[in-house]
Amino acid sequence: MTIRHHLNDDLLIDYAAGTLSEGWSLAVACHLAMCPQCRDQLALAEAMGGALLEDLAPVAGPDDSWETLKTRLANASEEPAKPVLRPARATLPEPLRSYLGGDIESLKWRNLGNAKQILIKTGDDTTQARLLRIAAGKPVPEHSHGGRELTVVLTGSFHDAVDSFGPGDIEDADGSLTHQPIADEDQDCICLAITDAPLKFSSRLLRMVQPLLGI
Amino acid sequence: MTDRNVPAGIPNDTISAQIVAIAATRDMASFEALFREFGPRIRAYLLKLTRDGQAAEDLMQETMLAVWRKAGQFDPTRGQASAWIFTIARNTWIDAWRKQKRPALDPDDPALVPAAEADAPTLLELKQRGAALHEALKALPEEQVELIRLSFFDEASHSTIAARLGLPIGTVKSRIRLAFGRLRAALEEKK
Repeated sequence: MTIRHHLNDDLLIDYAAGTLSEGWSLAVACHLAMCPQCRDQLALAEAMGGALLEDLAPVAGPDDSWETLKTRLANASEEPAKPVLRPARATLPEPLRSYLGGDIESLKWRNLGNAKQILIKTGDDTTQARLLRIAAGKPVPEHSHGGRELTVVLTGSFHDAVDSFGPGDIEDADGSLTHQPIADEDQDCICLAITDAPLKFSSRLLRMVQPLLGI
Repeated sequence: MTDRNVPAGIPNDTISAQIVAIAATRDMASFEALFREFGPRIRAYLLKLTRDGQAAEDLMQETMLAVWRKAGQFDPTRGQASAWIFTIARNTWIDAWRKQKRPALDPDDPALVPAAEADAPTLLELKQRGAALHEALKALPEEQVELIRLSFFDEASHSTIAARLGLPIGTVKSRIRLAFGRLRAALEEKK
């Protein structure tokens, strides 16, 4: 698998710093699971965080800080870590499977014309996360973005007039992009899409039914 | 270049050895030494993020407890001790202060795409990396370091930071990219 579209430095640093909100972070984490190269970049950004931490001027705390910590440590129960159960094989990466409650074969899709979707619940009310399944060879209706859209391809691939995206690729689209993604012929394309504003469809009919479809 | 009075950093070897000792024998002397060295800096970091002295103290204690509990997960051959401690303090802040989840990959996930051997970057030896990173940070123009610090120590988004500094958002982003690029170059083996 050759990934051509990687995390940009802004996303990488905000994720490393911990300031990126949950919705966007979900897309970043899925790309990282599929992209060893960006995992190295994240390690570098976290090393930078460590270096900055070392360089901070120490701030003194209460006199009994160490005593308090020792007491808390003595009172803390050392509960053994729960073993994590993992399947032998998986198609969708973590942390996405946990958000969806299962892997690809257990999903309940909702129809959306040439596409199907699943809305994903997160604790982040500034973004909407969804899983999209675009039928092989079919387009998603032409749309622009009222805000930002992060898309991570999980299986299959799609292209638009400008570029093409395969498994693991991440697309960072801002409000200025109008595009019509088309799934490639060989298979359905499943991707994770995070948005912070409703998509703006070029078709008036679609704009009218948009609230009903929850997109 | 102006001297910005950046301390030389903490010897990561010593800190690594302390974390390993905590994991291996629950060594309280190592834990106290680690607390004396890093506690005040973790407190400083959390004070910047929360601007609340009591919260910074509480979150620092939570971080140290997590360091104690998770010491066995630290692999001294794979990364800097300070980076590992930073991620624990950061996750404590997200979890306990911002009450958010931080989606993260699972390193043992069967769907994780492993690194191909040939892709492994030719980075400096772990031992040299800390010093190289500090040197590169010192060598950066102040305008870039400031934005890197704000990215890590301020919850505000890049656009809020840009507005506060009276800079176009594009300038803020390009300075961050430039700075990150230079730090990356500093860690790559010079051939």
